[in-house]
Amino acid sequence: MGKVVIRVDHVGVKFLMSSQKVDNLKEFIIKKLNRQIDYKSFWALKDVTFSVEEGDRVGILGLNGAGKSTLLKVISGVLKATEGSVITKGRLAPLLELGAGFDMQYTGAENIYLYGAVLGYSKDFIKEKFQEIVDFSELGEFINVPVKNYSSGMKTRLGFSIATVVEPQILILDEVFAVGDAKFRKKSEKKVKAMFKQGVTVLFVSHNIEQVKSICNKAILLEKGTIVAQGDVDDVCKIYEKKVK
Amino acid sequence: MKQNIKNFSKYRYLLSELITKDIKLKYRRSYLGILWTLIEPLLTMIVLTMVFSGFRGNSDKTFPIYILTGRLLYSFFSNATKAAMKSIRSNSQMIKKVYVPKYIYPLSTILSKYIIFLISLIVLAGVAIVLKIKPTIYMLQAIVPLLILLVMVIGVGLILATMAVFFRDMEYLWDVILMLIMYCSAIFYRPSMVIDGGFGWLLKLNPLYAVIVNFRNSIINGLPMDLSALLYSVIFSVVSLVLGIWMFYKNQDKFILNI
Repeated sequence: MGKVVIRVDHVGVKFLMSSQKVDNLKEFIIKKLNRQIDYKSFWALKDVTFSVEEGDRVGILGLNGAGKSTLLKVISGVLKATEGSVITKGRLAPLLELGAGFDMQYTGAENIYLYGAVLGYSKDFIKEKFQEIVDFSELGEFINVPVKNYSSGMKTRLGFSIATVVEPQILILDEVFAVGDAKFRKKSEKKVKAMFKQGVTVLFVSHNIEQVKSICNKAILLEKGTIVAQGDVDDVCKIYEKKVK
Repeated sequence: MKQNIKNFSKYRYLLSELITKDIKLKYRRSYLGILWTLIEPLLTMIVLTMVFSGFRGNSDKTFPIYILTGRLLYSFFSNATKAAMKSIRSNSQMIKKVYVPKYIYPLSTILSKYIIFLISLIVLAGVAIVLKIKPTIYMLQAIVPLLILLVMVIGVGLILATMAVFFRDMEYLWDVILMLIMYCSAIFYRPSMVIDGGFGWLLKLNPLYAVIVNFRNSIINGLPMDLSALLYSVIFSVVSLVLGIWMFYKNQDKFILNI
């Protein structure tokens, strides 16, 4: 098979849950002197190992709190793993929390440049693709209105259009199809499917088993931060369905 | 190191985009726009001159520009360090969701404030002309204290940004320290008043005062820089920069768990 594009190697993420929240200097010094700070640790992910080959479409399944979002955050680089390592090759496009980088005072057009910069695009690239983004988002004349006046659907449409204008090698999807109206949903599905055809590698998180089956060829099942099953999508989905029942 | 430089060049455009955003949004929806950067220090200068020269009962012609230089430098120091301190927390939504090198936030905040500060120096040139300050060759050396000030603010800003993530009360504490720095910077009084009272060491200890002294020497007095003040301010800014970078890098992966 193809070369490995994502390698997750014995990754663990530990969160500290201090029993009392110490967030000011006075309490910190007093408690430190009295040795009263005690942290309970909690492993959101523990010893997670898997690798994804080029062109694979991997579904990540699990109940709430299984560590799915934490895993995506570690892979996209937002969160650093406490132990283990993650190696990714190629341009990564995280379609999580679309439009999280928007500035509310800025207009849609200004936000295209800002959000594009946040995703690490160059200025020339955004300039070149500007019209394409505006067209795809179907915002029309609203593109020059401050984003604070946008509806949530409009924000998502703009965010999706900016994030998908690149041709990424790795696409991370977190229930993005659940947004926008039916028409835009179809359009965005079409766009994502077109990327699949070009051999993009996909990580897909969803609770919708049918969707996972239709998109993915492999799957990983997480439970309480550890992998309980991985392999062919149908096999893993069967295990997951059993667990849900 | 090589990795860091490569990463920085990838996000260079984001840095300039964030700086423009700060400046643009600051003056959007105000009629006078960027002119406020000039009017505000001018008005404070007039008020402070009226209050303190009446109080001192003398008519020193250069007193307004003396106040203006101190006030401009101090208010940049105070605004930029305060904004840098809050930058990580106010961008927490972004930091939690998209990967971006985190130093971009304090750095862009400080640089945008620095640009506004440099624009506000126009007012200084205007006042100098009105007060008939003689142009000297020493004015060119003013660039040195201005650069030292920038390095100092970046260093102090990184230290504060790191600390403020873990301790929220830093913001109140820093307000108090800033007030202390203001009174120890000889902004609206002559240093001789303090030195005669035996508190000259307070001024000597204050790195911001060292910068202000050299800036005033260059602009108003037409004198070469005070070497001990120069040395002290350079050492202070380099040490705080190194310390700031070290603290920031050591703790930045823990930011996301605390914001």
